[in-house]
Amino acid sequence: MGLKIDLDLCTGCGACVAVCPFCALAQRAADGKVEVNEACTACGACVDVCPVGALSMEVAEKKADAAALDAFRGLWVFAEQRGGKVQEVAFELLGEGRVLADKLGVELGAVLLGHQVQDCAATLFEHGADKVYVVDHPALAAYTAEPYSEAMSALIRKYKPEVVLAGATSMGRGFIARVAIQVNAGLTADCTELGVDVDQRLLLQTRPAFGGNIMACIVCPDHRPQMATVRPKVFKQPAPTAGRTGQLVAEKLDLKDPVVKVLETVNAMQNEVNVAGAEFIVTGGRGVGGPENFKLLAELAEALGGAAIGASRAAVDAGWISSFHQVGQTGKTVRPKIYIACGVSGQIQHLVGMNSSDTIIAINKDPDAPIFGVADVGIVGDLFQVVPELIQALKK
Amino acid sequence: MHIVVCVKQVPNTTQVRINPETNTLVRDGVESILNPFDENALEMALQLKEKHAGTKVTVLTMGPPQAAEVLKEAVGRGADAVVLLCDRAFAGSDTWATSYALSTAIRKLEPADLVLFGKQAIDGDTAQVGPGVADWLGMPCIAYARKIEIADGRAVVERAFEDGYEKLETPLPCALTVLKEANVPRMASLRGKMAAKKLALQPTTAEAVGADPAKLGLNASPTRVVKIFSPPPKTGGVKWQGEEPAVLAQRLADLLRERKLI
Repeated sequence: MGLKIDLDLCTGCGACVAVCPFCALAQRAADGKVEVNEACTACGACVDVCPVGALSMEVAEKKADAAALDAFRGLWVFAEQRGGKVQEVAFELLGEGRVLADKLGVELGAVLLGHQVQDCAATLFEHGADKVYVVDHPALAAYTAEPYSEAMSALIRKYKPEVVLAGATSMGRGFIARVAIQVNAGLTADCTELGVDVDQRLLLQTRPAFGGNIMACIVCPDHRPQMATVRPKVFKQPAPTAGRTGQLVAEKLDLKDPVVKVLETVNAMQNEVNVAGAEFIVTGGRGVGGPENFKLLAELAEALGGAAIGASRAAVDAGWISSFHQVGQTGKTVRPKIYIACGVSGQIQHLVGMNSSDTIIAINKDPDAPIFGVADVGIVGDLFQVVPELIQALKK
Repeated sequence: MHIVVCVKQVPNTTQVRINPETNTLVRDGVESILNPFDENALEMALQLKEKHAGTKVTVLTMGPPQAAEVLKEAVGRGADAVVLLCDRAFAGSDTWATSYALSTAIRKLEPADLVLFGKQAIDGDTAQVGPGVADWLGMPCIAYARKIEIADGRAVVERAFEDGYEKLETPLPCALTVLKEANVPRMASLRGKMAAKKLALQPTTAEAVGADPAKLGLNASPTRVVKIFSPPPKTGGVKWQGEEPAVLAQRLADLLRERKLI
C-alpha cells in the first residue's frame, strides 16, 4: 500500500505539494516532477487534487482474517479511578460509549483496575455500563504503567472487545500505549469526535494534528481492538440513572509485582481550583505581561465566586505560572460555563483546548486577535483597565 | 551510564496557518525544528551526564535525511553520539510501527540505562511513542516526568498528574517521557557547534538494526488516515470597542447576570 506517482503524467504543477499535510511531497530539482518521502501516510489528499491523474493510492489486499476480526465484539471504556474515586473522564466516555455501543448493537463494558475498588462498580452501571470487569489486585493499588497494562491486555485477550476507549490523562496515556503494543492494536490519541461505520464495524476516530491546524479521520481496518484516547471534557457527562445495574465480572489475574514503586503522592492544587473541571475559568496569556499580574486575574476569579485560573502556552513558557494551569493542545481541554480570556491572542493550539466552552469572553488590545473569532463577547481594550472595572461591576 | 534520547524533527506548528480560500495548510516559511519537548529530554540527559561521571549520551532520531539537522543540534548541545534511522521502509509508520523501529535501533546500541523522550511531539501530539518503545524493550516507563535523581542503579522520578505529582522509584534500565517544566534547555556551545559541523552522518537502515520488515512502515501500521480536513471555520459573536473600559465592563457584567451565568 502506498502512493504511486506516474512520472509520465506528472506535469510538475506542484498542486499536490501544496496540499500535503505531512510535507511528504517535493518537486525534484532536475525536472520539477514530484516525489514522495518517508513522511507519507497515504492519506490521499494529493490524489484528489492532481489535475492530470498522475497520483494513485495502491491499496493492499485485505490482510486480516475476517473471521478473526469478527470474534471481537463489544465496546469497552477504561474506568480510571484514583484513590477509589472514578474520574469524570470515565463517565464522559461511558456516555459516548453508550451511543456507539447501541449503534453497533453490542454491550458497553467498563474496566475497573485497582485494589479494593469494587464499590466503584455501582456508579459505572448508573452511568451506562452493561458489564463491569474488575481486576482487584494489590499490584494495582497504586497506578504504575506496567501492572495496569498487563491486566488490561489480559482482559482484552480473554474477552476480545472490538473497541477500547481510555481518557487521555496522565494515567490513560501512560499505560494504554503499552497495551496497544502488547495486543497488537491500533491506537489513536486525543480523539475529539468518534463515530462508527456499522457495516464495516469500524470506529471512526477524528483528531486534531499539527497543533490543531488540521483534523484527521483515522480508522484501524485490520486490527482489533480499535483503541482510542479522548481528553477529559471533550464529551459531555451523561446524567446517571439511579439504581441502574448490570453484570459484575470479577477477574482473578496473576500479576507480576510492580517494578516501579510509588513513594509519595502530592496534590499540588490543594488550595486552587483545577481548570480541568472548573465551571468558570479566567485565563491569562502573553498580554498579562508577568507573573505578578496573575494576581489581578485571581481577583477577577474571586469576584466570579471562585473561578479557576488558566494560562496560555505563552504564559506558561515564560515561566509566569505552572503548567498545571495550561489550556490548549499541549495543556488541558476545558469546557466551563464561562471562559474569560485576558490578553490571550488565540493561537489555534490554544483554541482547540477551550472552544467548546459554553460562553467565551475575550479581552484583548489587538482588535485582530484570533481569539475574537471564537468569542461570544469580545472586548477590544487594555485588560489592565477593563479587568479592574469588571471586578468592580461584578461586586456591585 | 548510557542514556539514549529519542528525538523528532517537527514543523514548527505555531507557524502553520490555513489558507482560508483553498482550505489547505500554508507551510511556506515554516521551519523544521527539534521537537520542543525533546529539548527537555536531551537537557535532562546532559544534566545527568554532568552529575554522573562516565555517562554517555546517544541521541536517536528516525526520519528523512534532513532530520540530520536535529542530530547536529544535539551534538552542538553536548550529545556524545547520534543515530539517524533513515530508510524508505519506515515510511508511513504510525506510533505502533515507529516505536518498534526505534526499539530495534536502541537494541543495537550498547545497553541503555535510561531511555528518554519528550512528553509528546508537537506535530502529532500522541504521547504514545515513548511508552510504546519501552514496551518493545520490556522496560518500565514513567510518563510525564519532571524530575529525576539517580543513585545506586535506581532512579527516583517525579511524575505529574492533572492535579499534582507522585514520587516514584524505579530500577534501571527504564524509560521516561519528560515534561517542559523539567528544566530549561541549554543552547549549543561554540565548541559543540564546531563538532556538529564536522559530523559525518551515515544513515542507519532497517536492515542494519535487524528490524523485521513485516513490522515496518505503512503496511505494518494498524492505524490508517482516511481523511484530512480543515477544522470548521470559527465565527465569533459580538465585538465591543471604542468605549470607556468602565462602560464595557458594566455591559459585560449586566449581560452575564441577564443570561443567569453568574
